[in-house]
Amino acid sequence: MKEGFRQSMAWLHTWSGLLVGWVLFLVFSAGTAAYYRDEITFWMQPELHAASRTPAPQADALAHGVDFLQRRGPESPRWFITLPTEREPTVRVFWSGPPPPPAAPGEQRRRTRFENAALDPASGEVASAARATRGGEFIYRLHFDLHYIPTLWARWIVGFCAMFMLVAIVSGIVTHKRIFKDFFTFRPKKGQRSWLDAHNATAVLALPYHLMITYTGLVTLMFMYMPWGPQVAYKDHGGIDAFFADVFPSGGPRDAKASGRHAALAPLAPMLARARAHWDGAPAGRIVVSHPNDAGATVSISRQEGRGLSQNQPSMLFDGTSGALLSTAGDAPRAAAETRGVLYGLHIARFSDPLLRALFFVAGLAGCLMVATGLLLWAVKERQTYAKVLKRGGRIGFGLRLVDGLNLGNIAGVPIAFGAYFWANRLVPVGIDERAAVEIRWFFIAWGAALLAGLARPTRRMWQLQLGIGALLFAGLPLLNALTTATHLGVSLRTGLWPVAGFDLVALALGLGLGAAAWITGRVRHKAKPAAAARAVEAAP
Amino acid sequence: MSRSKLGVASRAVAAIGGGYALGGLSAAVLALWLPTTPAEAALTGTLASFVVYVCAVMWVFAARTASRAWIGLAVPAALLGVLLLAGLSGSIA
Repeated sequence: MKEGFRQSMAWLHTWSGLLVGWVLFLVFSAGTAAYYRDEITFWMQPELHAASRTPAPQADALAHGVDFLQRRGPESPRWFITLPTEREPTVRVFWSGPPPPPAAPGEQRRRTRFENAALDPASGEVASAARATRGGEFIYRLHFDLHYIPTLWARWIVGFCAMFMLVAIVSGIVTHKRIFKDFFTFRPKKGQRSWLDAHNATAVLALPYHLMITYTGLVTLMFMYMPWGPQVAYKDHGGIDAFFADVFPSGGPRDAKASGRHAALAPLAPMLARARAHWDGAPAGRIVVSHPNDAGATVSISRQEGRGLSQNQPSMLFDGTSGALLSTAGDAPRAAAETRGVLYGLHIARFSDPLLRALFFVAGLAGCLMVATGLLLWAVKERQTYAKVLKRGGRIGFGLRLVDGLNLGNIAGVPIAFGAYFWANRLVPVGIDERAAVEIRWFFIAWGAALLAGLARPTRRMWQLQLGIGALLFAGLPLLNALTTATHLGVSLRTGLWPVAGFDLVALALGLGLGAAAWITGRVRHKAKPAAAARAVEAAP
Repeated sequence: MSRSKLGVASRAVAAIGGGYALGGLSAAVLALWLPTTPAEAALTGTLASFVVYVCAVMWVFAARTASRAWIGLAVPAALLGVLLLAGLSGSIA
């Protein structure tokens, strides 16, 4: 019975892992990159590289933001001002356009238009018009919203895959008899054994991370996936909206209505000072002004992220015309709310210092490798069942061929897609219509081509070719940056422009890893030994 | 362990649909019955529901036959259903 249980868990691990593996590889890749979405966005807007990075007092930065918004969007129903941080040196302002007309029944609600700008915190100047790009935001959204399909579907697809990832991880642990001993075992050039060892090593190496990131990923969208708890608990207490008001007591902005009477906006500096004093001097992060220049204006100030593990940040709400404090929220969160906040915070890792973030990034790469080696292991195992057929000159089955093609087009193709996206950022002319969408299109053109080529010819030579293309694209990024901006590695390293230098160096390292994978794949091509490719894939992101 | 195609399909439905139902039921029951504020109870129930889901999926594929798998889901689901109804009628009264 004991052995039977382990076998059935092995079966469950194999199949749940295989069926969601390809989506997971994309989700893991995008999620890993998204740890650095601020840096990626900054790299993708070279016009901002020259902006002054003299840190300015928060009150000055805020005043510049308000001045700018008074000029550009005095009628806007809502302003968002994000004060500079160490990772994002500009003042980011967003403001919403007038609300869209009510949608006809059955029609999807039209979205409010948002505009944004980046300001120099010291001078208040618009930090020169940056090129239109979605930057790291595209990658962050890709991680859970995918692209080109409705957000709601995408989130259910990703959630389903995450759920079965969790099943695969737990059943994988159960399957594993000697989990720690096996971790120290690597038997290269032994075919299937080597793949298994590579899969074990990458999985066990970062096992706490894999479990944490999968579960907390579900937690980030849990009210959508599992709304039943709040619905039942609040059935007679005002429904789901009352639940959210209880759990996220951010107060006014969401429900406050405009009065329609004009009133001058009170100065924000005293509110900022009061909020910071309340948080023992911790810096403020985001300021939301609702209905500016209206008698019903409110100002919400939240503490800057990164002061604690939890995603929940305390906030204070002020009257926008008198400057009086209306309410404080989130100073003493309750246990379950804080648990959720910490789980959420762990997933998006906005709290972490550079070293911890780097560790998360490496663990994320290990996750990509775990998924990749798992997918390849399935194909290697399955191929053995065709050993006799192949010897007689027969052909492999449709299922295996499909898996081979999808493996190739994803594991080697997703790096190509990311590479193409970054290259497009520098090569697509600045100022064309829909420029940001064009960059994204290149991501999918490159990936689509890699998938088609992989499905058409899932051969070792194709692996070598695609890994090689990915290697060139990534390793070439520092060169591309040098040719298209004034902030090449020589400059960025010397002046301490870490987001740009870091991007270049990590791209180079990933390119070298992919190159090593391509080289090893090619070196053993004639031997057709899967073992070496195991090591090859291990080196690839 | 014989794995007929029908058996696997039946288990897959049990795991995906039945597991979700069991997870959702446990979230609702915990939200109703945990002795704390409604917000805290609902949050705890929701956080726990994914663990219940994983356990349910593993049970479905560990059970000796597909019908045993279904029974193993149906019994706790029925118990949770009773608790849910009891809690709901209690909250109305």
